[in-house]
Amino acid sequence: MLEIELEARRGGFAFQVGCRLAAEWTVVFGPSGSGKSTLLRLLAGLDRDRPGATTSGRVVFDGEVLTDTGRGLWVRPGVRRSALVTQQPALFPHLSVIANVGFGLRHLDRTVRAERVAEMLELVGATELASRHPRQLSGGQAQRIALARALAPAPKLLLLDEPFSALDGAASDALLDGLQSWLRQNRVQAVMATHDVSDALAIGAEALLLRQGRMAALGPAREVLEPERNRLVERLESH
Amino acid sequence: MDWQALVLSLRLAAATTAILLAVAVPLAALLVLGRGRWLAMVDALTTLPLVLPPTVLGFFLLVLLGPRTAFGRGIAALLGHPLAFSFDGLVVGSVIYSLPFAVQPLVAGFAAVDPALVDAARLLGAGSMRLVTSLLVPLARRSLVTAAVLSFLHTVGEFGVVLMLGGDIPGSTRTLSIVLYDQVEDFNYAAADRTAAVLLGICVVLLAAIYMSGQMRGAARGGRGA
Repeated sequence: MLEIELEARRGGFAFQVGCRLAAEWTVVFGPSGSGKSTLLRLLAGLDRDRPGATTSGRVVFDGEVLTDTGRGLWVRPGVRRSALVTQQPALFPHLSVIANVGFGLRHLDRTVRAERVAEMLELVGATELASRHPRQLSGGQAQRIALARALAPAPKLLLLDEPFSALDGAASDALLDGLQSWLRQNRVQAVMATHDVSDALAIGAEALLLRQGRMAALGPAREVLEPERNRLVERLESH
Repeated sequence: MDWQALVLSLRLAAATTAILLAVAVPLAALLVLGRGRWLAMVDALTTLPLVLPPTVLGFFLLVLLGPRTAFGRGIAALLGHPLAFSFDGLVVGSVIYSLPFAVQPLVAGFAAVDPALVDAARLLGAGSMRLVTSLLVPLARRSLVTAAVLSFLHTVGEFGVVLMLGGDIPGSTRTLSIVLYDQVEDFNYAAADRTAAVLLGICVVLLAAIYMSGQMRGAARGGRGA
């Protein structure tokens, strides 16, 4: 259960969201600039003291307070048990794929770490890429590795910001299927931002609709995204 | 050729460079990753030796490290000798004088690292120390080399601070720059020519090495990309 009560200002952009996300999967849907990335970055604990920005509010995840600016509490990223995967894979260019995926596993014994890295690479279908360096990967491969790296430390909250944009439809669907069942097995809550209505409907579950930094609706994806779905169908039929 | 002065200059430059890198890496990381208005003051103080006349800096240090101040007397009691007019005193002066030459390239190198990589490392639990050692330093290796070479060369060519703080004591504070000054004062231009040529040679060779390594790196990257 994720309880969010956040207000933020980024230059001229004002952001205000208050909601409770209880579903295993929540899709954050909205056009570009609606505040999807802002929400996910704040949930991940980033951008606390970004120049020219202010943030206030509270975030509670499974009863644990992660952010409470009223009390000056801001659990730093990396100890929030949350992971963020963005459109830009941001792999460490000087490290191999194995070292990238194992970056967050420093506390583990070497053998356990190697096993964990192998398990994550298998999950994202990238076992054969283990010895490569980021510069030798395609955009889609890099996104798979970024996902494996984020999942390796066993987060309890997975934040996905359009993470499969470089994958084609079939590859993205296959990866998403595997990911959904792995998250279910490991009891990980996921929040995924997208502006693709077909992605949002395919994942189903709950949908949070954002418009201009405000929450416009929250509920079952089929209901919340009904107008978007109809618009998409009309567009397809008109061609 | 005054070999003793040459060795002393190289020893001074090596000691200064080693200390400077140890100080400049965390300082540059603080300036790049830190937040707060007080950092502007740290930045200004770090850059100050760049614009301050070396004789002014040397004079302040001479007074600070000498018997006129409690600090100077304390250091003298601790070490058993005053820092002024000693090799150790020269190292202190050189570290302060060359600080911007070590910090500025590192700040530029660290600031050029993609913030998305810093965020990714933080999300994976990296604290400040690991951010610096596992991410910033490896990705800004060239800036580290540039900082080391500039600090070394700047110290080799140092004159004003050395003269004010160390004087001209053979084997202890007489560096190659001081020898050159003495030779010119004595109208011994032939010897001064040789000393100046050695100083020039050291600078040209080390600077050329930096630029050549940069070109080779660029060519290697180009080759890989082709």
